[in-house]
Amino acid sequence: MSNTSTVNTTPSGVLKNGLRRKMKIRLSWIPVLAALAILILMLIGGQVHFGSFITPAMLSSLLVDNAYLVVLAAGMTFVILSGGIDLSVGAVMAFTGMLAAKLLSVGVPVAVVIPLMLLAGALFGTLIGVLVHFFDVQPFIASLTGMFLARGLCFVISLEAIQVQNPFVLRLQSAQLNVGSWYITPTGIIALVVIVVAAWVLSYTRFGRTVYAIGGSEQSARLMGLSVARSKILVYVVSGVCAGIAGLILTSYTAAGYGGNGVGTELDTIAAVVIGGTLLTGGSGYLVGSLVGVFVYGVIKVLIIYMGADASWERITIGILLLVFVVVQRFIVARANRN
Amino acid sequence: MGALVALVLLNTISRPSFLSITVKNGQLYGSLIDILRDSAPLMLVALGMTLVIATRGIDLSVGALMAISGSVALTIVSRSSSPNRIGTILVAIGIGVFITLLFGLWNGFLVAVVGIQPIIATLVLMLGGRGIAFLITGGFITTITSTPYAQLAQGHLLGLPVAFFFSVGAIAIVGVLVRKTALGVLTESVGINPSASRLAGVRSRGIIWSLYGLSGLLAGLAGILYSSNIMAADANNAGLNIELDAILAVVLGGTSLAGGKFTLSGTVIGVLIIQTLTSTITFLGVPPAVTPVFKAIVVIIVCLSQSKRVRQYLGRIRRIRGAKRPIRLSGLETEVLAERKTV
Repeated sequence: MSNTSTVNTTPSGVLKNGLRRKMKIRLSWIPVLAALAILILMLIGGQVHFGSFITPAMLSSLLVDNAYLVVLAAGMTFVILSGGIDLSVGAVMAFTGMLAAKLLSVGVPVAVVIPLMLLAGALFGTLIGVLVHFFDVQPFIASLTGMFLARGLCFVISLEAIQVQNPFVLRLQSAQLNVGSWYITPTGIIALVVIVVAAWVLSYTRFGRTVYAIGGSEQSARLMGLSVARSKILVYVVSGVCAGIAGLILTSYTAAGYGGNGVGTELDTIAAVVIGGTLLTGGSGYLVGSLVGVFVYGVIKVLIIYMGADASWERITIGILLLVFVVVQRFIVARANRN
Repeated sequence: MGALVALVLLNTISRPSFLSITVKNGQLYGSLIDILRDSAPLMLVALGMTLVIATRGIDLSVGALMAISGSVALTIVSRSSSPNRIGTILVAIGIGVFITLLFGLWNGFLVAVVGIQPIIATLVLMLGGRGIAFLITGGFITTITSTPYAQLAQGHLLGLPVAFFFSVGAIAIVGVLVRKTALGVLTESVGINPSASRLAGVRSRGIIWSLYGLSGLLAGLAGILYSSNIMAADANNAGLNIELDAILAVVLGGTSLAGGKFTLSGTVIGVLIIQTLTSTITFLGVPPAVTPVFKAIVVIIVCLSQSKRVRQYLGRIRRIRGAKRPIRLSGLETEVLAERKTV
């Protein structure tokens, strides 16, 4: 633009420049706000149509029932912001759950099992990250490898589901903290903590800002002297650890480890992150958006149950929403480029 | 040189598994034919995938499209009054494949015209497609009894499985299409640099668009074969994860995911490797659910062998070992040296 180069010091000019700067910041928030708008619209629509739709219990269940997805989406946001993609999360989640169920069933204490789950997730993440960074394997293929490996190893541990009877793990889901009709379980709290910590890391730490920089332009990030190698591997480790946490939540939720758990979850996670306004090309997006994306997903599920519609509509609606959001993003990016 | 390394690796990967089957099974004839027959759906899907990947794209929706074409075709056959007439079958197949062609074109529209990333553009249908298939079958697994339809995947022609002829036919048609016309070269140019090829007068948009359409059409045919094999339209499991296997086959075959150069024969070998791997594993008594571990190992080996870092490392070792031998010069280098001497 031609007029930005001249400094306008008149009061109205300062105001204009300030406004423009604010507008510019807003641009990357637009997809998030759009997702939020859709979420609110769906909630209001449900309320108008069904009478008692927005209840504290329903809103609480949105978080509690989708806690594992929230955690996965947090990890996925890191990866997608860096310009990568992680297809392994669903399988790694199933694997860590399976590992935990097996170890608990042979009598290993919980205090050992849970760190081991996170470690297993981190190891898968490291494998993918190393493949991506040092061996130039495309993130899609590298994480696909991780997915195959984790899914296969699930069934190496056991072909059957393994029941979990450990009281601590079960209590993560069954214990409830009630405030009026609102409730939250330890798994819900874990999900919230993960979101808050992840949002803080992304916004206020060197690692977080480096992730954005890599997503914007890896070459520029490298020329700026940022630790690209470390950060690029670390995003996959973060995603792997999140998958480990999600594995714990899911194990507690289903009270069992099963190798077939979470098939296709990686796609749901990616869809939630994209609906939440994170650009798949990397470099732009917010963790809050991913949380909103998961809630949009959750509300669609609830709405479909309320309407008594066929469950297949869930997938179709998600597909359509994904499409709408991607097209909207596409126009926003095109506009930003023109500016 | 790089192609050589890849080829040697491909052979060492493919041969032992081929051999292990011939040795252990004892009925080599039967199991090899089984591989040819069972690999047909994957072959069709992987052929389309190769061309899409050559344009720097990817098509995740193929599995869902398989479910759709199977559902459409079987619904038509099951509703018709004469499920055994060839005409009915042809109409059912035609409509099923036509619908997936349209969905493929829709993918192409999103990628080529709207400009959405291929992963996401096709993810839309991958998520939504199975839902559509469910709507078509009404949530049930539609089963039919129709002798001619069953022949498609289970029958024999000239002593060979009918499904095999579908593979061969598709390979031949696609091969002629890309290697005897300019389409192949144009596809490569679009994959290497879309904007440069557009400036050079290549209609990249139309090419990308039609290749996604072709991928959809081939996936539709694969869905017909799959449904004929089990004589049921299973919206949940038809073509489940086949997109991953197809991408794997393409990458194993030596086509780079970065677009540009592609090799159809490589993909054919890749598909056969995967199918052989699967049947070997099953034959060895390993539960099929564990198969992904072996696939993961194969992918890691192939990806590492294609990676620049490993190649440089191997090259360095070779150079150190071969240092004593006289260096062989290529023709051009000899010429340059000779020129220098004369100067």
